[in-house]
Amino acid sequence: MEVNEVFDKVKSLFEEELGIDSEKITMDAKLEEDLEIDSLGIVEVVMAFEDEFEIEIDDEELTDVGTVGQAVNLLHSKL
Amino acid sequence: MKTVFVTGASRGIGKSIALELGKDYQVIVGFSNSKDKADEVAEEIKKLGGESLAVQLNIADRNSVDEAFNLIEKTYKQVDILINNAGITKDNILPRMKDDEWNDVIQTNLTGNFYTSQRAIKKMIKNKWGRLIFISSVVGISGNQGQANYAASKAGLIGLSKSISKEVGSRNITSNVIAPGYIETDMTSFIDDENRENIIEQLSIKRMGMPEDIANMVSFLCKDESEYITGQVIPIDGGLTT
Ligand SMILES: NC(=O)c1ccc[n+]([C@@H]2O[C@H](COP(=O)([O-])OP(=O)(O)OC[C@H]3O[C@@H](n4cnc5c(N)ncnc54)[C@H](OP(=O)(O)O)[C@@H]3O)[C@@H](O)[C@H]2O)c1
Repeated sequence: MEVNEVFDKVKSLFEEELGIDSEKITMDAKLEEDLEIDSLGIVEVVMAFEDEFEIEIDDEELTDVGTVGQAVNLLHSKL
Repeated sequence: MKTVFVTGASRGIGKSIALELGKDYQVIVGFSNSKDKADEVAEEIKKLGGESLAVQLNIADRNSVDEAFNLIEKTYKQVDILINNAGITKDNILPRMKDDEWNDVIQTNLTGNFYTSQRAIKKMIKNKWGRLIFISSVVGISGNQGQANYAASKAGLIGLSKSISKEVGSRNITSNVIAPGYIETDMTSFIDDENRENIIEQLSIKRMGMPEDIANMVSFLCKDESEYITGQVIPIDGGLTT
């Protein structure tokens, strides 16, 4: 899967799971500050990623993920 | 229809909770050794037109908890309501208490409920709805001689439940503790007639509690209408702790 395809899927998951305005979801958007996702929200997103992409994500892998782009790259590297 | 998982539902208080909730929900009857009794509870629920399944697990063992949840989720998608009821006693006065007696009671009554709650909460967060109910004890509030381990485990549940209530309140999940007094079950069957009379003497309502006294409150807390009640400890003890 190409990076931009992963981004599109991530974008629709953020919209569906967390009701985030699609215009705000860019590669540079910061998850906490720009998208206002709280720690439980991150748990929800990770569960949604795991179901959608059929992968498992360890908590350690998330330590460096602060933006949508970093999340997309992590997912892309695991596919 | 929502799915409820009641641990320790083969006997006593858990059985009564399972039968009461069987009227309104799909009920998973958790048990550890008493398979026949658990199957009977599930059969009784089905006879009354409900849906039920008996599932074996040892709540003190994380792998066993995971396997039970995997099985439940295969059939019912998720646990919407978790009733953490299973519990044990290993009484001894503090100077004589063995490490095993302490560890077994803490591992089962406290850590076991951490395992089940952690496992259930993820799906509840995703669903943005859930109910957690912990069956603690008045002993966790007042303490009791010969029950330092049990009292510590039951007091621990209060901290666990209150913390959960704050963590997940934003997702329409409530967490509450029920603290029963003396309830007629196998756990209290060793109390002889004389002691029984002494106990009843201390109560405002002059009888021992029945499992149904607990089940009715559980049923109430499960309802949508109870969504504003969270992080609370509700004693049901005939007035013992007023
Ligand atoms: N009775 C009282 O006066 C009273 C008062 C205050 C609080 N409580 C609390 O209420 C709860 C229920 O008490 P009860 O009187 O109904 O007890 P009970 O009659 O002794 O039944 C205990 C239940 O817990 C299950 N269980 C025990 N260890 C387990 C484990 N490691 N994993 C999974 N299940 C396990 C048992 O399953 P098996 O049948 O398969 O062994 C049984 O279904 C307990 O947490 C107890 O501390 C009771």
